[in-house]
Amino acid sequence: MLDFISGGQAPIYFILLCIFLGIEIISNVPAILHTPLMSGANAIHGVILAGAIITMYHVPSDDYLNLTLGFFAVLLGTLNISGGFFVTGRILSMFSKKK
Amino acid sequence: MTILLEVSYFLAMISFIIGLKFLSSPQRAKLGNIIAGSGMTLAIVVTVIHTFFGGPVTINLILIIVAILLGTILGKRMSDKAEMTKMPQLVSYFNAMGGGCALLLGIIEGQQLYYGDNPDRVAEVVLMTAMMIGATSFSGSVIAYLKLSGKQKDIRNRFVSIASRALLAAMIAVPFLVSYQLLHLNLIQEIILLGTLATLYGVVFVFPIGGADMPVVISLLNSLTGVATALAGIMFHNLLMISGGIFVGSAGVLLTLLMCKAMNRSLWNVLAGSFKNAVIGGNTNGAEIEITRTSIGELATNLAFSSKVAIIPGYGLAVAQAQHLCTQLEQLLESKGIEVEYIIHPVAGRMPGHMNVLLAEADVHYDKLREMDEVNDEMSSYDISIVIGANDVVNPSAESDSSSPIFGMPIIKAYNSKQVVVIKRGMSKGYAGVENSLFGEDNCHLLFADAKDALSGVIGELKTLNF
Repeated sequence: MLDFISGGQAPIYFILLCIFLGIEIISNVPAILHTPLMSGANAIHGVILAGAIITMYHVPSDDYLNLTLGFFAVLLGTLNISGGFFVTGRILSMFSKKK
Repeated sequence: MTILLEVSYFLAMISFIIGLKFLSSPQRAKLGNIIAGSGMTLAIVVTVIHTFFGGPVTINLILIIVAILLGTILGKRMSDKAEMTKMPQLVSYFNAMGGGCALLLGIIEGQQLYYGDNPDRVAEVVLMTAMMIGATSFSGSVIAYLKLSGKQKDIRNRFVSIASRALLAAMIAVPFLVSYQLLHLNLIQEIILLGTLATLYGVVFVFPIGGADMPVVISLLNSLTGVATALAGIMFHNLLMISGGIFVGSAGVLLTLLMCKAMNRSLWNVLAGSFKNAVIGGNTNGAEIEITRTSIGELATNLAFSSKVAIIPGYGLAVAQAQHLCTQLEQLLESKGIEVEYIIHPVAGRMPGHMNVLLAEADVHYDKLREMDEVNDEMSSYDISIVIGANDVVNPSAESDSSSPIFGMPIIKAYNSKQVVVIKRGMSKGYAGVENSLFGEDNCHLLFADAKDALSGVIGELKTLNF
């Protein structure tokens, strides 16, 4: 962890850049898109699933407690992603029906 | 193999940026969702392949694949089945899933750190912070979900506010005490203690917050889960998790503030559950407001003689599932040359933009939807404003009565139109629990009926009038 910080300022620049980018990309959103945007952003933080998969890889195959916890971690992460994107898609499909 | 992982992570990160960007523009939002979703799918598939490539098929891999398939199917089914009125709950629910994932990750990784060779206190603290934020977001979102589904009432008392401060203080203090050996806990005990505290904190954090403010809270919790994801990403040295988490974290904070602004409430007031203190000053004699009642027939006649009509919908309309009748009424009136417009308050429904979605679902044309700010100055040009299932957003007390708890909230100036007809089931108060002084105005008539019955009644009357 300390390596991560002392390994150079690059990671810190990276994080700062991400913060500004996050603010910048949605700064012009009209109010009617708040709901789908929130839902879409909600789906994106489901990327924590990648962490769950990596964690699951390290769990010993006979450690049943942690295998169970890991199973649920992956399940919840997936629900976050799939539910998030599908709901966003459904909300948006309501808008585009008429034009 | 590593190069494959890096390239796909890079592509996924770009897809998140483009996805979020497109989601904030009406024409490209749908495309944005698909782009971000594809990027995510790519990243996850490659993560699984990269992690387990070349190794034997272990029970871990099987469990992962089963969980992913199960999660995908469940997520798809839940989002397909849910009614549009329930969207805010669903967003909150899926957010809870992400928070729960962070909580579980913290517990599992914590044990691995504990049994690992070189203890690294900084890594432990990052881990525990990610876990605590995840846990708070998890339990908070669950409570928000229950509140929006009407299964959990607001709880505001001194115990809750003391408990929430004490828990927050403990969550910050415990890691310090352990670091300086003042509290003797091993890492696993510490993680379990902090996880429990954070879960409880999420509950008491959302307890006092009023139902009308739920969207703000969901957005904030959403942003918190993003931060938890980013912290977990730091632990795993995973740039995609860091960037994805931070995009959501910072965009979520901005979105939260934008929503607060739309309601003219400060974030601080929202979090303090600040409709609370208003021991509604001097306004408790609401029952004595003199109201004028009207009937379906009268409303139909008045509509027939009007030339410009405004429909001000609220959540009650959606609950009564009367959107489609609304569209019918609109089309009927328009076929006789009467101009009909919908006026949407920024926070109508349960989330900003929610009402637009609900009306769009009922085939209301996009051009018919006017925003509050556009029309407030020309409200007097409407012959009749029909308020259906809305209450607080047309309450003039928000402008005139500084003792009113909703004072300062922007409202639709329905009282300026020539006549206001409020369709509601009874004299019950709105979501904020405040008396509505609009009902006492001379030009305001109340029609006590279910929105659906009232609208179909009016449509029937208009047809028999054959005006």
